[in-house]
Amino acid sequence: MRDILKTNVSRRAVLGAGVAGASLLAMPAVLRAQDKSLKVGVYGGYFKDSFDKNIFADFTKETGIAVESVAEPTGEAWLVQLEQAAKAGQAPADVSMMSQVAMLKGQTTELWAPLDTAKIPNATNLIDHFVNKYPDGRVAGIGAVAWYITLVTNTDVFKEAPTSWNALWDPANADKLGLLALVSNSFLLEVTAKTHFGGTNALDTEEGLLKAFEKLAEVKPNVRLWYRDEAQFEQSLKSGEIPMGQYYHDVTGLAAADGQPVRSTFPKEGGIMDSGCWALSRASEKVEEAHTFINYMSQPKIQAILSRKVGTAPTVKRDLIDLTAEEFAAVSSDIEPIIPRYDLYTTKADWLNQKWTEMIAG
Amino acid sequence: MRREPPQKLTDYGPLFFPAGMLIVFFVVPFATMIAVSFFRRDPSGFYTPDFVFDNYARFLSLFFGKVLGFSLFLAVMVAICCVVLAVPFTYLLSRAKRRTQVLWLVALLSILSLSEVIIGFAWSTLFSRTAGITNLLVMLGVMEQAVALNPSFSAVLTAMVYQALPYTVLVLYPALVRLDPTLTEAARTLGASPIKSFFTVVVPALRNTIVATLIMVFIFALGSYLLPQILGRPQHWTLSVLITDQAIYQSNMPFAAAMAVFLVLVTLGLVALTVYAGRKGEAA
Repeated sequence: MRDILKTNVSRRAVLGAGVAGASLLAMPAVLRAQDKSLKVGVYGGYFKDSFDKNIFADFTKETGIAVESVAEPTGEAWLVQLEQAAKAGQAPADVSMMSQVAMLKGQTTELWAPLDTAKIPNATNLIDHFVNKYPDGRVAGIGAVAWYITLVTNTDVFKEAPTSWNALWDPANADKLGLLALVSNSFLLEVTAKTHFGGTNALDTEEGLLKAFEKLAEVKPNVRLWYRDEAQFEQSLKSGEIPMGQYYHDVTGLAAADGQPVRSTFPKEGGIMDSGCWALSRASEKVEEAHTFINYMSQPKIQAILSRKVGTAPTVKRDLIDLTAEEFAAVSSDIEPIIPRYDLYTTKADWLNQKWTEMIAG
Repeated sequence: MRREPPQKLTDYGPLFFPAGMLIVFFVVPFATMIAVSFFRRDPSGFYTPDFVFDNYARFLSLFFGKVLGFSLFLAVMVAICCVVLAVPFTYLLSRAKRRTQVLWLVALLSILSLSEVIIGFAWSTLFSRTAGITNLLVMLGVMEQAVALNPSFSAVLTAMVYQALPYTVLVLYPALVRLDPTLTEAARTLGASPIKSFFTVVVPALRNTIVATLIMVFIFALGSYLLPQILGRPQHWTLSVLITDQAIYQSNMPFAAAMAVFLVLVTLGLVALTVYAGRKGEAA
């Protein structure tokens, strides 16, 4: 170690290495500029890494289109960036993975270039509700991945798995629950409507929403933690400190496979199914490449790879996909899901947020 | 050295750099925030430049009033707890041997290297039922069975005091070291007990330092948003938590900005009041 530290590196050598390094880094960009390419926005971190490793390399091999993946933040910051850039005629990413609420918000400003389904033959593989449409029927986005939020329990504390979301209201579970802290990511109003009022249509009117809020307020004494940070709840669930709550099905499954005393249950009313869409910015000039990409991603075999490697639920129909029953159960369920009322989070966003905050903090 | 007021424009030269930094990193962002707080919110995502009072109107409700009240109360409690703990501690520390002083200061400084997230998670483990300190009490036979101490107000308060205490000590330390020891010696020779001389000599001599420290800890605690979330129930969430919700999760920048501006104004008002009251007290 001493010797290495003592080695004299001249300033010139450092500069030279810097220039060489920089040009080496610039090389792929120079090469790529001559070929067809596409900038794809995916959630940064685990998602982006998995996509880079398992999907994008094969896509480039098959189609000759180089993919430059862009790490996008979750939440709506990316939507705002895309919108601002599109106003200036720029596209920080051509195709982006967007949440359903972001899709609807982008629709109001015509941010998404309409997609031509004739150029996406594989779109017919999709389950219908994964095709995101403008009110006039033009296609705004195509389902990319889906995931479930289910009822999770600690197996040491709950020997029997609960069967219904009604467990949240059970007085026996006082101070035992961990629930998501925001109206727009917990989807508990939908759960309340499906469990107690016959379906999410009960949320169509303001009276219906108020009734759901009133019913949901009854779970408050049972809630120990309203979490924003996933790690906070996951840790408490594993240790049994907070033995029940709502959490992501795939992550819970991975923890259980690691030997942790946790289980994820699809209640008889269904798990909450959230999803992301591929959408094309109107400022993008890579329309052809984008269609090729979305078509590629909508193949059953690619969706199967995503289920196996990334842990997402497939957006294509169950019978087209070659997942074994066990593999399918690890990411999804045949029980009809609770699909969030995304429309409410655009039209009544502030009202819902205000009522929700007053309910849990009041 | 003789001090002269600056004569020429160039005499102000050394001020340009800090003034520039202050403008770029404080005045401009704060002005932007004030401007955005008057913009019109578009529920479907963004905002449009405008001049409306809607964002402030929404804030002026009983609900937000209570949240603001709680945030101020929590910050005041943290400030008082910190100063009550830190003044006697720092006094004793400043009278201790050099070596002891260095050890304590290094230990306190090392707390500053911990992030708020780590502090929050560490305390939530310490306060938990499954692995927390109550298990120790059970082992010692003091308690019947282990209980969870969080989420609760005292959990939030403890963690926030823990986080702010090093700053408090570091601010008080120079003043206490410089305190003339002959003052207390005089009090002792005139027959005052150590405790009496501490309260009748040391504390009054440090009055201004203590008030300044209270204000500093108060403002420091007012911005906290992670610890109330990790260790508190929703009724212990501070205004900063709700501001974060609006800015990040609801993308309602105008409302978040309005709340932040309001919080800054209330804080400045309270600080001004304290300083004013302090001046009056001094004059009397």
